[in-house]
This record gives sequence, C-alpha cells and structure tokens, in this order.
Amino acid sequence: MNMVRSHILVCGGTGCTSSGSQKIIKSLEAELKANGLDNEVKVIQTGCHGLCALGPIMIVYPEGSFYSRVTPDDVKEIVSEHILKGRIVKRLLYQETVQEGQIKSLNDTEFYAKQMRIALRNCGVINPENIDEYIATNGYEALGRVLTTMKPQEVIDIIKASGLRGRGGAGFPTGLKWQFAANQPAGKKYVLCNADEGDPGAFMDRSVLEGDPHAVIEAMTIAAYAIGSEQGYIYVRAEYPIAVARLKIAIKQAKEYGLLGKNIFNTGFNFDLEIRLGAGAFVCGEETALMTSIEGHRGEPRHRPPFPAVKGLFGVPTILNNVETYANIAQIILKGPEWFSSIGTEKSKGTKVFALVGKIKNTGLVEIPMGTTLREIIEEIGGGVPNGKKFKAAQTGGPSGGCIPASLMDTPIDYDNLIAIGSMMGSGGLIVMDEDTCMVDIAKFFLNFTVDESCGKCTACRIGTRRLYEMLEKITSGNATMDDISKMEELCYYIKENSLCALGQTAPNPVLSTLRYFRDEYEAHVRDKKCPAGVCKSLLSYEILPDKCKGCSACSKVCPAGAISGELKKPFVIDKSKCLKCGACIEKCKFGAIVKK
Amino acid sequence: MKSLEELKAIRERVQSSINIRNEGGADSTRVVVGMATCGIAAGARPVLAAFVDEVARRKLEHVMVTQTGCIGICRLEPVVEVYVPGQEKVTYVKMTADKVAKIVSDHIVNGKVVAEYTIGAAE
Repeated sequence: MNMVRSHILVCGGTGCTSSGSQKIIKSLEAELKANGLDNEVKVIQTGCHGLCALGPIMIVYPEGSFYSRVTPDDVKEIVSEHILKGRIVKRLLYQETVQEGQIKSLNDTEFYAKQMRIALRNCGVINPENIDEYIATNGYEALGRVLTTMKPQEVIDIIKASGLRGRGGAGFPTGLKWQFAANQPAGKKYVLCNADEGDPGAFMDRSVLEGDPHAVIEAMTIAAYAIGSEQGYIYVRAEYPIAVARLKIAIKQAKEYGLLGKNIFNTGFNFDLEIRLGAGAFVCGEETALMTSIEGHRGEPRHRPPFPAVKGLFGVPTILNNVETYANIAQIILKGPEWFSSIGTEKSKGTKVFALVGKIKNTGLVEIPMGTTLREIIEEIGGGVPNGKKFKAAQTGGPSGGCIPASLMDTPIDYDNLIAIGSMMGSGGLIVMDEDTCMVDIAKFFLNFTVDESCGKCTACRIGTRRLYEMLEKITSGNATMDDISKMEELCYYIKENSLCALGQTAPNPVLSTLRYFRDEYEAHVRDKKCPAGVCKSLLSYEILPDKCKGCSACSKVCPAGAISGELKKPFVIDKSKCLKCGACIEKCKFGAIVKK
Repeated sequence: MKSLEELKAIRERVQSSINIRNEGGADSTRVVVGMATCGIAAGARPVLAAFVDEVARRKLEHVMVTQTGCIGICRLEPVVEVYVPGQEKVTYVKMTADKVAKIVSDHIVNGKVVAEYTIGAAE
C-alpha cells in the first residue's frame, strides 16, 4: 500500500549539515522505523532554506510546521508527538511562526515575507538528488519548449528582453553575451558555468548547486542551443563537496533521462556537460583565468579583448555565466521576459540572492527583488543587529566591494546604485558590521585576502597590494603619519589603473570606500593613536577601575602574562608593559571593573 | 527524453506526491484525523491511511489530510473533521476505513454531508 501521508523535509545544505542535519536524518529514519511509520512518512533531504542561523531546520508537511535548531534528541519527541499523535511540538517551532497561540505560515514571517524566490525557488522545497521532483516543479519544461518550438535567436531575444544581467558581480547583460557568441561563425563553441565562488562569507552559488542542481544544467543546455554549442563545463571549487556530489548525481540522472547527451527531445540537438574542479584560487573566478585553468594551465588571467565570446576556452567562442544567472533562465523562458522585467528597478531586473552574514540576527540566504533597500534587508528580513548594538556599515561585493555606511541604508540596491556609492553588487556577500567593528581593520582583513590571492602576474597587484597592506598595518599599529593616508590613497588608484584583471582593479576598493565614509576612523588611528571601535590591539590599553574593583583576584589568575597584581580585597592593577591585550581578564571580571581604552 | 509529452507524464506522476508540500492556502479542504492515544487505540491509523489513499487515487489536489490530537470525545473516536472552505466544519465519529470512500465522494467531491456518520447522528 502506497500511502505516504507526510513528508519531513530536513535541510541538507552546508549550513545545516555542519550543525548536524545528517545525524538528524539518520535518527529520524531509525525512529520512524521503530514506530512502524517508515512506509507512511517520507524523509527528504533538501537544499538550503536560507535561515541558516536557525539550523538544523526541519519542515513537516502537510502541516508545514517549521522546526528550528533541531537536535538528535528532539527527534524522538517529534516522531512520537507530531507524527504519531498529530501534536505539533511547539517548543521547537520557529518563534516567528508562533503568534498569540496561532501558528503562522512560514511565508508570513518577516524573514520570508519580503523575499521573492526565483533563483532559490526549489531550494529547500525539492530533493536535489531526485530529478523527478525537479521535473514535477516544471523542470526541463523550458528546455523542451525551447528545443521543440523556438529558434536559437528567439531564445536570445527573450533573454535580452528580460533585462537579465550577470549575477557574478560585473552585471553584464546576459542576452548580449549570448548574442556575441551566437554571432560567431558556426563550429566548436563552449558553454561554461562559473561556480568558483570565492568571496569570504558568500555562499549563494553553493546553495543553488546544493539545492537545485538541475536548474543550472537545464539553463546551460538552453544556452548551448542558443549559441550553437555541444559541450559545457561547470567549473566548481573542490571545497564544495556537497555541491560537487549533487551535481554529479544530477548530471548522471539527466543523462539517463536523455536530457543531456545525443538527440535531446528528438530534435537532433546534442549537449554534454562535465565538471571541472578548481583548487580554490580566488583569481580563477575571473573569467579568463577560469578558462586558462580548465585548459590545464596555472590559473592566470589573460588580456581582453579578445573577449571569451569571440576567443575563449581553447581559443573558440565561449560563454561563461554565473550559477545564479543560470538559475533564472528557465523561469524567464516559462514565464516570459515581461514577467521578469517587471521585477526590479529600471536597469537591474529580477532578484538578487544575498548571503547575509556578520553581526546580524538571521544569518542566512535571502533573495530579494532589486531595488529593495539595505534597511529592509538588514532590519526586517535580517532581524537587525543583535545584542542591542548599533549598525555601522554593510560590506557588499567581498574583497572587490566596499562598505556602505548607515547614512546610505535607504539606497535601493541595484547594480548602478551600489557602484555610485563606491561599492558593488559582487556575487552577493553581504557582511553586516556593528559599532564594535573597526573599519581600518576590516579594510586590512580584505587586503590580507587579496595579497594572498593575487596570482602574481601583474606587478601593480602583486606588490601593490602587499605595500597597501603594510601601510594599513602601520596605521593600525599607531606608527603612521597623516601623510601616509594620502600616500595610501594614491597607491590605491595606481593599483586600480595598472592591473590586468578585476582582482587587481578592485582590490583597493575596501580601502577607498572606508576612506570615503570613515576617514575620521583612519585619522583617529593616526592622529590620536586610538582605535574608536576598540579592535586594534596596539592602540588599546586595559585598565582596572579602582572604584569598581573588589579585589577578588579572578583577573590575575586568568592573565596568561602575569600582568595583573594586587592585594586581595583591594583594587588590582595591570602592568601595561606585560599586558598582551588578550581580553581574558574582561571576560572573567564579574564587576565590569576592567575597561578597554 | 523524446518529447514534451514524456516529460509531462513524469511530471504528473510525481506531482501528486509532491503536492503534500504545498500548504494549500485558503481554498483547500482539510481532513483532520484525531490521532491522540485514544484515536489510535480506536483505530484512527487505518482511517487516516484510507483518506490519504482515496485522496491520492482521485487526484484531489485541494484536499489536505492531516492529523490532530485529542478533541475530548474519546468515546466517539476515531473522530474525523472535514473543513470545507466557507462552510461549517463537519465532525464524523466512530470512523472506520470502510466509511472513508463515501465521505470523500459524497462530501468532499459532491458537497453532500454524509449525515449518518456525523456526530449529530451518533448522539
């Protein structure tokens, strides 16, 4: 008897996997079996739901109960109470869904209500390892329609009319890119997918691959038909093991169904797809470096023009799109370009996925229509800055982007607005910072990243970023002069102008944007030798307030340097010459008697 | 894959099993089976199974079969409540799997409450 009456969806995205969702799936299956329910309740592993801060996440259908922070110990209760007796385990429900005793739908919670899921539509909804579930949600319908009823040029015209722009960061119109490649004389051409997501804190592409790999495969096949290609590669970093495994499964299933391979939909169209693993070099996310890497060489960028659409992989016309860009394609075909272009702002259509991280309550993945303001993302969807701290800035675009100060929080987010305020869309990392973040330190953090990741081909980038880092180091250690700030600015422009690829051209952005909006912090480091946020160790000193100190000696016991001394029941003192500024004493003091200055 | 029809066939086959994940919305009929200890002891499980089967067999997309706890009339278990949008809920009592097909066809599909199975008839 086939009578599945309930589906239990457990998130198998990277966030929830790291918080233990695999264990939960195992104990859930065991518990269901023990209760003889394994034939009527189906456990499904899905991709990311976006609310990673509350993982592991479990949704029980048909009720749609959204359980958060589930532990293996909770599984027994969920099975015996909810599955067996139909009593929802209220204490595990996502708090936002419980209001005045009523259980709200997940889509009405603040985190989801303002979102609009196009690229992420299947993430957390279907089982990514089952092609049938993708097909059940209209999967491969777009490909079928394209192959059987449209000419390649019609496909390109639809993508052009939709206004879709590349989601990898630069925002080049996707349809135009396809047109350039299609215009090249017939012959060997390639379709590539850039899944070499490297920005610190970004995990949008990863989640799409983990939650909905077939969407990328379908879109790449459509692109291949549009430009006349028979071979594609997905370049994905080896550090994404779950994404790679699910992609492999998806490609295998698509081949078995004849959705990849020869004579797809009986139209004579052939397309084959392979995975190429990247070793994790940041520069390989740059399109020409990525192609060089696929060709088997060391990943270094090359000069453009010729652009890849003319002379790309192995010297033939190639299109390269980002994972999220592809995730939009099938929906545009099915729902029409007018639908897509009705979403968003004048020059930025559709939605954008952001990985919301840093000092924010709802860490996770959000997809919002272009034109949503930063304030809506952070205060409403993100739930605001935790612990009552004040919002200071948001960083978008990773090491290539910049910081947006609180005063610009009401800027509608789209490609052009972000560039105008000195940042960029980037691939979609959004790092939230509060008053305890030092902006000079943040710039230094990103520079440290680019120093490591510069491929070394261009002198301006290789040596320039290193020198820039050293200047920041000088500032945070309190040894810089005001002259150094202007020298640093000059060097920034020099690096930008003399680097071949986007890595070098954008590497100084974190410095330039923090200088633009937080110059006073730089000046405080240089002139007053103070770090206003209390982060830069060299500029800090720890002191014990004599009137608050009870002389309990807890601090002196925990101090690793033996820098604190005193007589019991009398105020203690810190010997500044010995103090390592580790902060252990502050954590230990029950009376709030130790302060950073 | 040779044709759109072939794709559609797969879609239709799988769709019915995935529909359970749509929260239905305001226009869906809810069949709620009491599945507390008393309900299960009185035989609610086969009743629930029969509803799931019958709804799937008839491909009723706007019907959601779910469960609830004890509603307090344990002596009349198994209890099933049917919520059709815009109408008063109907409570069926002393349910068995055999009664399910009639409730689905008469009440859920054709809108005629099966009076003889309701709580009013039992009291």
